[in-house]
Amino acid sequence: MSDMNTAMVEKYRSSFLKEVEANVEEGDWVKMCMQCGVCSGSCPMENNWEHPPQELFMMIRANKREEVLSSSSMWMCTSCYNCIARCPRGLPITHIMHGLAHYGKRLGLAPKEQPTVKFSQLFWDNLTKTGRVNELKLGLSLYFMNGFGEGIKTALKMKDVGLGMMKTGRLNPFEIFGGHSCKGASDIKKMLAKAKEIEESNTAEFKG
Amino acid sequence: MAKYEYSFYPGCSSQSKASSVNYQKSTQTICEELDIQLNDIPDWNCCGASIGYGGGGELPRISLSARNIAQSQQAHGQQDIVATCAACWLATREAKERIEDSEKVRTGVNAALGEIGIEIATEMPKTRHMVEVLIEDVGYNEIAEKVKRPLEGLKIAGYVGCQTNRPFGIDGESYENPKYLDKMIETVGADAVVNYDKKVSCCGGALMFSEPQKSQALVKDIIESAYDGGADMIVTPCPVCQMNVEVYQGQINKDHGTNFNIPVVYYSTLMSVAFGRNAKDAALDGQMIRAKQLEDIANK
Ligand code: SF4
Ligand code: SF4
Repeated sequence: MSDMNTAMVEKYRSSFLKEVEANVEEGDWVKMCMQCGVCSGSCPMENNWEHPPQELFMMIRANKREEVLSSSSMWMCTSCYNCIARCPRGLPITHIMHGLAHYGKRLGLAPKEQPTVKFSQLFWDNLTKTGRVNELKLGLSLYFMNGFGEGIKTALKMKDVGLGMMKTGRLNPFEIFGGHSCKGASDIKKMLAKAKEIEESNTAEFKG
Repeated sequence: MAKYEYSFYPGCSSQSKASSVNYQKSTQTICEELDIQLNDIPDWNCCGASIGYGGGGELPRISLSARNIAQSQQAHGQQDIVATCAACWLATREAKERIEDSEKVRTGVNAALGEIGIEIATEMPKTRHMVEVLIEDVGYNEIAEKVKRPLEGLKIAGYVGCQTNRPFGIDGESYENPKYLDKMIETVGADAVVNYDKKVSCCGGALMFSEPQKSQALVKDIIESAYDGGADMIVTPCPVCQMNVEVYQGQINKDHGTNFNIPVVYYSTLMSVAFGRNAKDAALDGQMIRAKQLEDIANK
């Protein structure tokens, strides 16, 4: 991972914007931002960002590579698409946030203890195992992601939610023994491995 | 033959005993009433939802949706794909757009599908949200005709939320103040809260799990605004909204000193009751906060 980071630093020596355009999902849109601030002002997470979207886009153009990719900012995005609906320049902001988050993580720069960094990976691992999300296992892995003691505490705090869901038939305790899965689960794994391989070779091959 | 027929993408949260199985159940009920046939996509898989991006990059995520599209075509030809979940709808619709617009994505996705011996044949079918089908194909008039027990006297806040409303939204509706859910509420005989100012606010989505305090603060405002408008209950078209706004009320009460206890139901639950079906068919047993007024009507 950090090898890839070094390679990228080398390749795009003085232009983080170029690197973003080439390697970040929908990153080629960043240069279209006119810094009006509508996105940041429309965002439900406005009080929680280290750097709101508008600022991140400015920082990309100002070559603040480390600061952007290791920021917790993009991980605050709830995917509400309010910014997209309102941006006068039509930037796919939500997707750029997701793209920056994923790229930072791929390079090993994303903050390791950030809860959404961890949760999004748990979610992906959960769904790719069988092709479908197993809500019970996902919930449990979430509670225990900060260690066993923390896990028990969270599980107890969430007890009423869990019991309520079970009582109303919306949580199946037996999912722990397998649960829903796709017949083509191994196919799905193969397909995803191929997609990942292509995505990584696209990154490596780009001559910036 | 049914009057309307679609290829159906249920999504992970609609599986048996999953968190929105009540949505699935009540949707089946209204489909029976409205003569809509939903043909499941065989062996469908998860769409990656809006939180999959951390672990899966662009191509892996789009491949997931592409597999569903290919499976749908293989089994049901060019039938429109219908999803009840906002995230499923969005991901699948977006995948189609990206595959069509980007050569790089298209080539990548075709190679990934090729790896497992399937392909997207010809043009991809449209993916539509269940509410689009209800509004555009069935229509308010036909829904109104089915109403046997108007939900008179009930005041309901129509919480549209994010992803059913943006980025695609429902054709002809504004992003800031969409009216279709209010119209649905009125079509089944209830009163919609006008000027429900948190109508399209975000509930925090998946961040409810990773950043519960921040998300719960958002949900608190959504509930408060419904109470301010005099609502007896909240209705929503999205399984994430339903879950986030319903099940954390106890925790919000503890942390914020509030006293919330407002039921959050699906539009399909409202319709099932109004169409004269019983509490079970309307999936009222799936409410964590019981919708007593609806139960009373359903049991009459
Ligand atoms: S709304 Fe669009 S143009 Fe304005 S600052 Fe945000 S991204 Fe830039
Ligand atoms: S999609 Fe993300 S960045 Fe955009 S407004 Fe919503 S939370 Fe903010």
